[in-house]
Amino acid sequence: MKVGIVRFPGSNCDEDAWLAIVEQLREQAVMLWHKDHDLQGSDVIILPGGFAYGDYLRAGAIARFSPIMREVAAHAERGGIVIGICNGFQVACEAHLLPGALLRNNGGYRSMPVTIRVERTDTPMTSAAPKGACLTMPIAHGEGRFTASEDDLDRMEDAGQVIFRYVDAAGEATASANPNGSMRNVAGVCNAGRNVVGLMPHPERAMEPLLRSSDGRVLFESLLATVNA
Amino acid sequence: MTFRVAVHVLPRRGILDPQGKAVGDALRTLGFAGVTDVHVGRHLVIDTSADSADAAKAAVKSMCDRLLANPVTEDFVIAGVEAA
Repeated sequence: MKVGIVRFPGSNCDEDAWLAIVEQLREQAVMLWHKDHDLQGSDVIILPGGFAYGDYLRAGAIARFSPIMREVAAHAERGGIVIGICNGFQVACEAHLLPGALLRNNGGYRSMPVTIRVERTDTPMTSAAPKGACLTMPIAHGEGRFTASEDDLDRMEDAGQVIFRYVDAAGEATASANPNGSMRNVAGVCNAGRNVVGLMPHPERAMEPLLRSSDGRVLFESLLATVNA
Repeated sequence: MTFRVAVHVLPRRGILDPQGKAVGDALRTLGFAGVTDVHVGRHLVIDTSADSADAAKAAVKSMCDRLLANPVTEDFVIAGVEAA
């Protein structure tokens, strides 16, 4: 598997993603500068966390016009896998690769471990996870409140596009388990084609016991299994 | 000629606006008891060359549709246009 990690000015989880792929999975990764036009044959594109363009205007709003995003959109259009993590999720929504929007948290910036439940295993990022698996990994964001119109969210639910929800220790999607006010506790979604996935939590920061959780591994192992299938 | 166009971008009514709520709470704490609702958005002032004021407004509307406002969650109002 070859993973292209897009580096925007202001990305700061690009190295974490690189370490997850190269050191933990022992797979290939390549950094893609935002002004590049070549995905270098990457099977998977990761839009990493950070504050691309300082989150000016709205998080992700400027980054979506970076030159490389045209190639990323074309990759997604061809059915290629694109993963948006945190700021990358915001960029993917602004680029209309994913439905909805991520607004300012209800409650301000949150940096903490959360538990998310895998709602769907028919995506490239969840195929190796058991349905209903509860995974613990960190969040660190100020603008992660997933928002869409009720009608659009109903359609997404019917189509199985809600793939992660914030849950409590008992695995229930309660209000107190929701760290940012996301509608219906949504932590991650996919597009209609199921090849573009976005999530606010950071699986790349939960890859080994030293990081206090290895629960992110199964999501990267899902990518690997999908690419090798 | 050059026109100066002002545009308000606001969170859509009905969508939770925690920033507006926090400001409203602070205003009531200060004693402005009559405050019932606050919404915090962005105010942009754009100088642009155009053939007419209407053309300048049309250009800014297009800018809002494509970049300045998020169609999922925000509304915008062109608040004024004048010769710059």
